[in-house]
Amino acid sequence: MQGLDFSVVLPYTSLLWTGAWWTAVLTVSAAALSFVFGILFAVAVLYAPKLIAWPVRFVMWLFMGTPLLLQLFLIYFGLVQIGIDIPALGAGIIGLGLHFAVYNADVLRAGIVAVDPGQTEGARSIGFGRWQTLRHVVIPQAVRNTVPPIGGNMIALLKESSIVSVIGIAELVHSAQLGISETFRPFEFYITAAALYYILNLVLEGGLRLVERKVEVSR
Amino acid sequence: MDFALMQRVFPFFVEAALVTVEISVLALALGLVVAALAAAAKLSRSRLMRAIGTVYVSVFRGTPCLIQLFVLYFGGPQIGINLEPFAAGLIGLGLNIGAYMAESIRGAVLSVDRGQAEAARSIGFGRFQTLRKVVLPQAARLMIRPLGVNTVALVKGSALVSTISVVELTYTAQRFIGSTYKPFEIFGVAALLYMIVVFVVAKVVDLLDRRYAIV
Repeated sequence: MQGLDFSVVLPYTSLLWTGAWWTAVLTVSAAALSFVFGILFAVAVLYAPKLIAWPVRFVMWLFMGTPLLLQLFLIYFGLVQIGIDIPALGAGIIGLGLHFAVYNADVLRAGIVAVDPGQTEGARSIGFGRWQTLRHVVIPQAVRNTVPPIGGNMIALLKESSIVSVIGIAELVHSAQLGISETFRPFEFYITAAALYYILNLVLEGGLRLVERKVEVSR
Repeated sequence: MDFALMQRVFPFFVEAALVTVEISVLALALGLVVAALAAAAKLSRSRLMRAIGTVYVSVFRGTPCLIQLFVLYFGGPQIGINLEPFAAGLIGLGLNIGAYMAESIRGAVLSVDRGQAEAARSIGFGRFQTLRKVVLPQAARLMIRPLGVNTVALVKGSALVSTISVVELTYTAQRFIGSTYKPFEIFGVAALLYMIVVFVVAKVVDLLDRRYAIV
């Protein structure tokens, strides 16, 4: 047992900030991907022909029932096996993005179904096509109504992004591990990393609250 | 798809799946106890208790479970806590899910109609009696679903303990992916077993929900 000394972390401040920065980049990229694919999956499940809808539903079911860590291993090692060699960062963003796309799709699907049918009927009756109705009338309303649960998913994404450290992406956990490998002070470094995650979390929550308020006002 | 390989590795995965189930069940038990205490603290009249409950829930929900496991397992020895991987994983998972479950329990208690408690108090029930005989029995039904969602998350989250070398499903999958270079087959086997566990949890939750439904 050795005494705790948080000053050992100080020389590594810039390393940890870089790690936190990459965690933020990773989270934002994966969030964007999860949002776009979330909408695509939701629309596919609801409106696509069975030949497309069923495989999408199967993938969603598979991704919701298995751990993200396992999915990352599949994507990181699996893509190489079928001849697609992408760097760890790409695999991490794709893995996180797809995992949360499935959760977003689940929320968005419910959101789309919950949009008043009168909205669709109104759009169709003034001459909008099926796709136009979906694109300009239904989906914007569904997205607006599902901001809180999607925001919840994004907060989960920020925390789960720590998992990609296992495939060697230089984010916050990885930075902490670098510091530990030189100082042998895991407690101090992991607590510092936890504090940085907590701060990132507060920033993200604040941002989401702004979005929620904006959506609320313009309704 | 190399089905012969899948068949050959299957027994190892079943054994690993039992470890996943074991650590999940034990973490669930710990989590429920911690969650009940934390929810009680957050609903308490004492400001100190409320503060303790709030800090616990906020810290454990505001930081990644992976970091919590690392602090406990790798950082623990520095403050005199030496734990085997399995024990560290179980305690880490339990404390983490406890924070989420505390919110599920608190939410259920708060969504019991206030009139119920007021009526009980007005016919002479004490605060504790009201909670014990009127509010909690009704809240218990409301918390089945959210606690079920937490439990499914716990089973999937238990994959994280592979990083502190607990030999469970994901750890085993990672080892076999490394040694066979057949990620899709290995993923298939591990996914099948996770799905079975998750399916069983979902069924149990359904059963409880129906058993205690208010008709």
